[in-house]
Amino acid sequence: MTAVPHLQIKNLRAKIEDKEILKGLTLEIKGGEVHAIMGPNGTGKSTLASTLMGHPKYEVTEGEVILNGENLLEMEVDERARAGLFLAMQYPSEISGVTNSDFLRSAINARRGEGNEISLMKFIRELDKKMKTLEMDESFAHRYLNEGFSGGEKKRNEILQMMMLEPKICILDEIDSGLDIDALKVVANGVNEMRSPERGFLIITHYQRLLNYIKPDFVHVMMQGRIVKSGGPELAERLEAEGYDWIKEELGIVDETVNANV
Amino acid sequence: MSVDVQLRFDREAITEFSKANREPAWFLEKRLAGLKAAGELPLPALEKTKIDKWNIDQFEPFQTSASVSAATELDDVVKAQIDANAVKSLIVQKNASAVFHAAADELKSKGVIFTDLATALREHGDLVQKYLLNVVAYDEHKLTALHTAVVNGGVFLYVPKNVELDVPLQAVFEVAGDNALLCPHVLIVAEANSKVTYVDTYVSGEGRNMVANSIVEVYVGPGASVQVASVRSLSKDVHDYTFRRATVDRDGKMEWILGEMNDGNTVANNTTILKGTASSAETKTVSVGTGDQRQNLTSQVQHIGTHSESDMVSKAVMTGEATTILNGITKIEKGAEKANGEQAENILMLSEKARGDANPILLIDEDDVKAGHAASVGRVSEESIYYLMSRGIDRQEAERLIILGFLEPVVAEIPIDEVKNRLRQALERKLG
Repeated sequence: MTAVPHLQIKNLRAKIEDKEILKGLTLEIKGGEVHAIMGPNGTGKSTLASTLMGHPKYEVTEGEVILNGENLLEMEVDERARAGLFLAMQYPSEISGVTNSDFLRSAINARRGEGNEISLMKFIRELDKKMKTLEMDESFAHRYLNEGFSGGEKKRNEILQMMMLEPKICILDEIDSGLDIDALKVVANGVNEMRSPERGFLIITHYQRLLNYIKPDFVHVMMQGRIVKSGGPELAERLEAEGYDWIKEELGIVDETVNANV
Repeated sequence: MSVDVQLRFDREAITEFSKANREPAWFLEKRLAGLKAAGELPLPALEKTKIDKWNIDQFEPFQTSASVSAATELDDVVKAQIDANAVKSLIVQKNASAVFHAAADELKSKGVIFTDLATALREHGDLVQKYLLNVVAYDEHKLTALHTAVVNGGVFLYVPKNVELDVPLQAVFEVAGDNALLCPHVLIVAEANSKVTYVDTYVSGEGRNMVANSIVEVYVGPGASVQVASVRSLSKDVHDYTFRRATVDRDGKMEWILGEMNDGNTVANNTTILKGTASSAETKTVSVGTGDQRQNLTSQVQHIGTHSESDMVSKAVMTGEATTILNGITKIEKGAEKANGEQAENILMLSEKARGDANPILLIDEDDVKAGHAASVGRVSEESIYYLMSRGIDRQEAERLIILGFLEPVVAEIPIDEVKNRLRQALERKLG
């Protein structure tokens, strides 16, 4: 519990069907750090998130991902989650007939293991508290998981799960898309509440806007399935002001998407 | 009946059983008419299911068991279905014997009759005669005729007008032993503006080559409200045939909640006839197909009254090499103006070798109506499994949650916690 988490991604290559999307990506995230990955559409940002989580559609062809000394790529999706990885998804599934609270309790208990289940009272207390932070109505606990939720409700629900599961490495995949400014502040509030030396964040976004509310320590730009530039928060501000063209020019990139022949 | 197969019962055996139970003469006549018709009539025609090789009539129909004086002495398979220490109104039948009966004091003071069929025939013969085998005719096909010939128990529930019962009445039917037959006839009469809930469960003990052949008839009087919940969990050694039918008078309401959890071959037809103006029916069915069982499950509503409304929802999960044919039939007769009939059949396939057919059928002879149907056959989505696994839940548990979740919107509708829990247990058992 006390170990500072450490995620190492080394020269990661991944494909979907026969199309290579990640083309040698290297990144290191430690507890206490907030990394932001920015980049135009089609550069492989969401693929990185899904590949790390182990989505069955993506096949890793090369490279390593190590979480606290363990080979993440050899683990099943659920094992990765139990090892401390969390992905707040861009398009979470709707699961009919499974209530939010039953699901959350199953997930928490899966992590805690048999014989060490969370008490119902403690669970309800925690859930109430976190739903309050996220300004979610009590009825959410008893609704079927994401079924009929609006886009914004789904995003809040992802953050609620993250807060309840207390992962070591949190990946947020375009958590800001489809959120109005008030909802964005609420979500950012939840994330900021979780920042700690025992937890690292990887925030994937198109827009600098989110980073006004969640201050990153590192900003990376992704193009052609790789990180092509890294810097501090000032990099995000320059991208907001000037767009991506200056980077493309600087690096001699014409087509920034993963379709480019490199 | 094929000529080369010898039956294990005859006129004499039927007559003897009837006399032993001191049945009225008209009922014995009906039995013998049934026996004759059974030899002449064909099996019912079923959509996409052939049952001529199933066990139709190879049984010993009148196996008896001793009755018990306390619910705690009942067989374990029965006790699992009840709260043995808090029994209020309960009838238990094992093969051809009514083995236990309890009725809450409230029933007597309100004029409610809740008794096994043999007792009802002796003590309320005229009342029974007025209703029995009127909604379902004894000579519809070989199975109803055979049922009439060898009926070996059942329940008579009569609720006088304006009487409302809050606590559900319960029956448990058990079949056990080689070649045993369970052949109950359940007759429910709810007079005007009455309200009642009846719950039954069908279970089996050890034995091979068993048969269940049941008929349920329900009369819903004007403004009356009847809820019937039935959970069947018979073993693979039982072939089960059920015909349930309700007729609903004006402003009456019929609600069926059905858990088809058998492990063996099953034919079930559930029909509601909406005769009266503004009568209504709801039918909710869940089923899990396992092993190599064959099931033909039909939900049917016939709209006759104007402004009548119906809603049918059937959900089935298919595993192993099982086959389930799920038929939904909404029939709206000429003159049933402003009728509204909705139905949905959804099947979740868990195995390549299983087969699930959803057949929505709308038969509409009136212009001024609303009717709709929705049917789907699908698999558990890998995307959904991935989502649950990404929160630390293992694959097996993720699948279990998704499958139970698929059935839950129907299960959750069951208003009686005991039945709900019983059905959930049956689901968990069948889904392993």
